[in-house]
Amino acid sequence: MLNRRAFIGTAAATPLVWTTSFAPAFAETPKDVIVMAHQIDDIISLDPQESFEFSGNEVCGNVYEKLVSPDTKDPTVIKPELAERWETSKDGLTTTFKIKQGRKFASGNPVTAEDVVYTLTRAVALNKAPAFIINQFGFTKANAAETITAPDASTVVLKIKEAQSPTFLLYCLSANVGGIVDKKLLLQHVVGDDYGNAWLKQNSAGSNAWVVRSWRASESVALDANPNYPTPPGVKRLLILHRPDPSAQLLLLQKGDIDIARTLAPEQIKLLEGNPDFVKVTASKASVNYLAMNQKHPMLAKPEVRQAIKWAIDYKTIAANITPTVYEVHQAFLPKGFPAALTDQPFQKDVEKARGLMKAAGAEAGFEITLDHQSNAPFGDVAQALQADLAAIGIKVKLVAAEFRQVITKTRARQHELAMLRWGSDYMDPHSNAETFCMNPDNTEAATNRTVAWRSSWQDKDLTDRAAANVKELDGDRRVKEYERLQRDHQERSPFAIMLQQVEVAMMRKGTAGFEIGPLSDRSVYGRITKA
Amino acid sequence: MRRLRGLAATAASIPITLFGLVLITFLIGRVVPIDPVLAVVGDRAPQDVYERTKREMGLDRPLPEQFVRYGVQLAQGDFGRSVMTSNRVSTDIARFFPATLELATIALLVATLVGVPLGVWAAVRQGSWVDQTIRVVCLSGHSIPVFVLALIALLVFYATLGWAPGPGRQDVLFQDMVPQVTGLLLVDCVLAGDWDSLRDAAAHLVLPSLVLGAFNMAYIARMTRAFMLEALRGEFIVTARAKGLSAARVIWGHAFGNILVRLVTVVALAYAGLLEGAVLTETIFSWPGLGQYLTGSLLNADMNAVLGATLVVGLTYVGLNLFADLMYRLLDPRVR
Repeated sequence: MLNRRAFIGTAAATPLVWTTSFAPAFAETPKDVIVMAHQIDDIISLDPQESFEFSGNEVCGNVYEKLVSPDTKDPTVIKPELAERWETSKDGLTTTFKIKQGRKFASGNPVTAEDVVYTLTRAVALNKAPAFIINQFGFTKANAAETITAPDASTVVLKIKEAQSPTFLLYCLSANVGGIVDKKLLLQHVVGDDYGNAWLKQNSAGSNAWVVRSWRASESVALDANPNYPTPPGVKRLLILHRPDPSAQLLLLQKGDIDIARTLAPEQIKLLEGNPDFVKVTASKASVNYLAMNQKHPMLAKPEVRQAIKWAIDYKTIAANITPTVYEVHQAFLPKGFPAALTDQPFQKDVEKARGLMKAAGAEAGFEITLDHQSNAPFGDVAQALQADLAAIGIKVKLVAAEFRQVITKTRARQHELAMLRWGSDYMDPHSNAETFCMNPDNTEAATNRTVAWRSSWQDKDLTDRAAANVKELDGDRRVKEYERLQRDHQERSPFAIMLQQVEVAMMRKGTAGFEIGPLSDRSVYGRITKA
Repeated sequence: MRRLRGLAATAASIPITLFGLVLITFLIGRVVPIDPVLAVVGDRAPQDVYERTKREMGLDRPLPEQFVRYGVQLAQGDFGRSVMTSNRVSTDIARFFPATLELATIALLVATLVGVPLGVWAAVRQGSWVDQTIRVVCLSGHSIPVFVLALIALLVFYATLGWAPGPGRQDVLFQDMVPQVTGLLLVDCVLAGDWDSLRDAAAHLVLPSLVLGAFNMAYIARMTRAFMLEALRGEFIVTARAKGLSAARVIWGHAFGNILVRLVTVVALAYAGLLEGAVLTETIFSWPGLGQYLTGSLLNADMNAVLGATLVVGLTYVGLNLFADLMYRLLDPRVR
């Protein structure tokens, strides 16, 4: 029978047994495997013609190649990827691509023009969430056979409905939805008319540096190096582990159980900065944080009130004190890094000026209003800062914290007053953001194009028409200049106070190198990661 | 006959309870201010894709019709497909629930094996330093938020002392090494005869199960103490002592035997609570359990997953209640 002494002795010895029994079971990550901790529970599919979430797009971007892609350092330059060269007809309606010779998919099948035609037709026919990026050129399931063709094994011809800026088509083809799939492999997995979608959600058929080994939702993604890629990765495998808690990520990184931590909090990044055992990788993301003012609210409908709000916000203090390292001040609808993006900051906190504008609007007595915002860090703190800033000009803000999707649901139904939101660009062409922030051709409830402008019930015919016209501008320089003018006018007139741009920071252990963060999720590159 | 009637009544209440659960969860799922279509198409999808998806999901139909359709589907054993994972919900539950079951079972073992003796000891030494110490330990276990305890445990035993592995159910070296048979990793490792993986899986269980166990241990110890104090005041104990029985026999044979019935209920309810999935513990330890699955599904308005997981939690509660009921009949002669 266990007496008291034996019980206490056993209890005291337990940690020793635990240490000696389990200690050898865990060690540092293997040399030929990169382990990355990230938050990946947003992935719902790894099919490039379906994926539209940040993490899913990032994985797809490393598994699939596109015809062309923007240069990460200078996105105004479009580089060939699977296309060797391309040519646009004088009328701007036909673009012909020559496919590189000798390229292979991970399966060993050669990359041909047929694969490109199948991919684009598949995107149009499946018509999943990102399909509009391709469909906006007039491609439909019915006309795809005539508009997306392959006259020979290395030539692809795309015929669009009406002339557009040539770079607009190229940027759209460089989006994640343009990831070229292996037709021959995919045909083996087609069920009914699903174009292999059910299979491709969890597998891969690409030609980029990595192959999907497994995806376990909310748990992990395992990628193997593609031996057929011209410059195979420096490691054999890459594991992305779902580690949602930043504190746990920090401990794992410090202990050497992961090589790269992707979602550390600002204070944790600060803790590691300057420590020679860790390397920081950082880049601006094409994601802006903004305050939307619903025009259904009579006070917000006054232009002076909208401007007063923009002049009341202390952008610099918010960025420096609440979002250091993860957000920086940015005030134009095109994020820094985009062609034609304005990076100057015309607004700063000026309470007197803001009060003057309130007076001019006849609102010097102030008013009460609600602000919907997502509750998680750092947005809750940013909302509180906005509350304090607007209180200084007499606007009494009631904060309504909620889950992000809840805020989105409310703003899509145009039921908000003020709402703090973020917008990530879909592709690298300026039209991606110009369309959503400027265009609202139909402000009724029956509208089919429910842009960000529509969601705040804001219609500016001049900006709508100019944004629509500029996407068809064939002269590149003129197009850039017009986008710059659009941004300035938008800053003056719109009900959007664009405040911050996301900066992504990853911390790596010393010895790990080559990870690149791109402005869009699918442009973050794992292919050059090495480990000493 | 009376016993059979009692069991039949209990069994008959199960479908009614489950129907109520499905109905309430379904209605809550439809009134939460999150649009389930957005979970599928995303925020930026054009309106025609949004409308088409809404139709495909049957969300354009009247609420009663949606419920009947879901009920028919459920009756055929089909929970539907999860938007978040693209899998059938039953497949997801088969993956996530065993992780929770394994963690909850070990945590409950820890809680019971430590909590019950501590509770008995505290009752026997009522008012002494032993009782006071156990009270402080129990109050700490119950009042320190579980996520704080989890972070401290990770900081001390993983980051500082290096005694335990970090978050996750397995080390990366062992990932996908053992074929999934039961989903219970310890069992699957034994079935595969992979002892290194078993050691790794057991090591990963230690911290989360101790953290979860600590919280429940405190509860079980306090309840045991209260039950024991009441029992020790009983006349049958005075009689037993007067008959000259040893202290151990009086405590464990007579007093403890008397509280066993109530203790079973306490432990069964603690187990049911654990099997719901401890969201915070699972998040901090990156444990792919039902709690994380349910919370993630709820936040993404993935209603098939929410309903399926809730039904499993409900079934677990009902099952454990039934178990406690049966134990009552087995242990308490008055109920027989």
